[in-house]
Amino acid sequence: MGISQNEQQSISDLVDQYKDLPGALLPLLHAIQGEVGYVPDSAVATIALGLNLSRAEVHGVVSFYHDFKTHPVGRNTVQICRAEACQAMGSRELEAHAKAALGIDYHETTADGNITLEPVYCLGNCACSPSVRVNDDIVARVDSARFNELVANLGGSQ
Amino acid sequence: MRFFIPQDTTALACGAEAAAHALQAAGIEPVRNGSRGMFWLEPLLEVETEQGRLGFGPVSSKDIPSILDALEADASAHSLYLGDVEKIAYLASQQRLTYARAGLGDPVCLDNYQTLKGFKGLKNALSLTGQQIVDQVKDSGLRGRGGAAFPAGIKWQTVLNCDSDQKYIVCNADEGDSGTFADRLVMEADPYQLIEGMTIAGLAVGATQGYIYLRSEYPVAHKLLNIAIERAVEANFLGENIQGSGQTFHLEVRLGAGAYICGEETSLLESLEGKRGMVRAKPPLPAIEGLFGKPTVVNNVLTLAAISTILEQGAETYQNFGMGRSRGTLAIQLAGNIKRGGLIELAFGVTLREVVEDYGQGTYSGRPIRAIQVGGPLGAFLPESQWDTPMDYEAFAAIKAMIGHGGIVVFDDTADMAAQARFAMEFCVVESCGKCTPCRIGSVRGVEVIDRIVANEDRDNNLILLHDLCDTMELGSLCAMGGMTPFPVRSALAHFINDFTGEGKGDN
Repeated sequence: MGISQNEQQSISDLVDQYKDLPGALLPLLHAIQGEVGYVPDSAVATIALGLNLSRAEVHGVVSFYHDFKTHPVGRNTVQICRAEACQAMGSRELEAHAKAALGIDYHETTADGNITLEPVYCLGNCACSPSVRVNDDIVARVDSARFNELVANLGGSQ
Repeated sequence: MRFFIPQDTTALACGAEAAAHALQAAGIEPVRNGSRGMFWLEPLLEVETEQGRLGFGPVSSKDIPSILDALEADASAHSLYLGDVEKIAYLASQQRLTYARAGLGDPVCLDNYQTLKGFKGLKNALSLTGQQIVDQVKDSGLRGRGGAAFPAGIKWQTVLNCDSDQKYIVCNADEGDSGTFADRLVMEADPYQLIEGMTIAGLAVGATQGYIYLRSEYPVAHKLLNIAIERAVEANFLGENIQGSGQTFHLEVRLGAGAYICGEETSLLESLEGKRGMVRAKPPLPAIEGLFGKPTVVNNVLTLAAISTILEQGAETYQNFGMGRSRGTLAIQLAGNIKRGGLIELAFGVTLREVVEDYGQGTYSGRPIRAIQVGGPLGAFLPESQWDTPMDYEAFAAIKAMIGHGGIVVFDDTADMAAQARFAMEFCVVESCGKCTPCRIGSVRGVEVIDRIVANEDRDNNLILLHDLCDTMELGSLCAMGGMTPFPVRSALAHFINDFTGEGKGDN
């Protein structure tokens, strides 16, 4: 999937903006993902040139970190905490419910492009588990019914 | 009459925003304070009155009108009335040093911080030499709060002794252990304390640049830290010529990208340099060759926050808390299946049972507690026979457990400990940096072997194999990720073997 001229331009602008920062790559990748929604393959060469790295090095970093996506994701990201404190409060059941309710597995996006489902290992809300993050909002004590409400608030065709 | 509704992650996750809007609809602009850490009461509404700060909680938006009515008549008649918040036993019985300010006011209000003795430690430090500051840290007995418990003063001395044109202070705020939120609470309820501690560290060792490596899972902390840093720069508590002293310290927040391993200090440094978070072999120690190859202090949020207290109140005051070689206070985080979860700051030495039964009041589900995991995903599962162990680094090490970052996750009797052991290996598969074979491959094989044991495929031999594999991981891994993943696995085998063999819930 190609990217638009505008997206290519904003990637180049961001590379120029960050290239002199010490340890620029992570902040730059966050900025690109914030702008485009993911880190397109075509950005790798632009970044490598700007930061004086090999394309392999840039690709290696993009692929190492869970946060960086290499393809478009849904308009909303829903993360379910899989870590121990949430497991102790029923997150395994919540995961199963979420996958069934949305009809997708982890790292997949609903057919209408509305929601991408991701696992996450700890949101730091461990005294009020299970926790879910919807975009930048963290929600406490999420059971199946609460999950359905959260999803309904995001609209989409489900 | 001032009203307070917290803006920390847990309060927001429990509906604090809606409660704040309900107050605004009634013409009241609440102060958005930090949380006190009594998370089972969030959102906790506090009202400042002549009788102290009266608490109501947990409140939802629909409770606000009736609380406002009750305040006109008899507040104590309201069903959510908690009385004077500071007299609630959970809070009143704590020994709060690091969290003394948490929840009192707007966390990013500089005036509020200074009214509550903020920046006094920094002002004291500005009149001392680097060596004098390092000596105070040594005298305090402070050990690193990230988990490894290395004496902070010795690390600082190493950096101070290095001759270099550039040194760095790096704060490890990649608080990835499940069941932990102590760093988050400092950053969200009292961020200036961390800024102050890092600045003091810079003065002590001669570093002019600091980085806070913050996990991306903490968007609220990210926002608040950036506001706090901006305001500290404006007020000249950061930047060039701090408070006219001629000293310089710059500070920046850098966001991680969802890799648990970046909480390991050398992996964190690689990540800060813009690389894959691959663990480095030691030596060289980061104190000698750290960030960008320069001498670097890498300390946890709580370690650096404690520095502000030590420089403000003196090393001896701090040293007077604790037991044995564990000095000062421990930020205990009570989580998982627990009725009253939250942050409990106490001197080292309290037993696990006291924390879970007295503070926690048992499980949230109301069922009996079966196992307690202390110290995050690499910590052992402790059966009831070990709950009287005092929380002290050495006492925990003696039972092959660890305090780590102080997180406690409680499981009730429905927990399947074989599934938890499998998860420990699975987590290592997902989060291993991949540099060393025992961790990268051992974890994958660990999942497979546990599956075979549970499926009763040649069980006896596979149990021997699993112990063998644990030996290899413990002895052959480069860092604690592979080296300690066997801890939860082995403790589950030792204390809950019936879960692996399907012979019912009778624990051995």
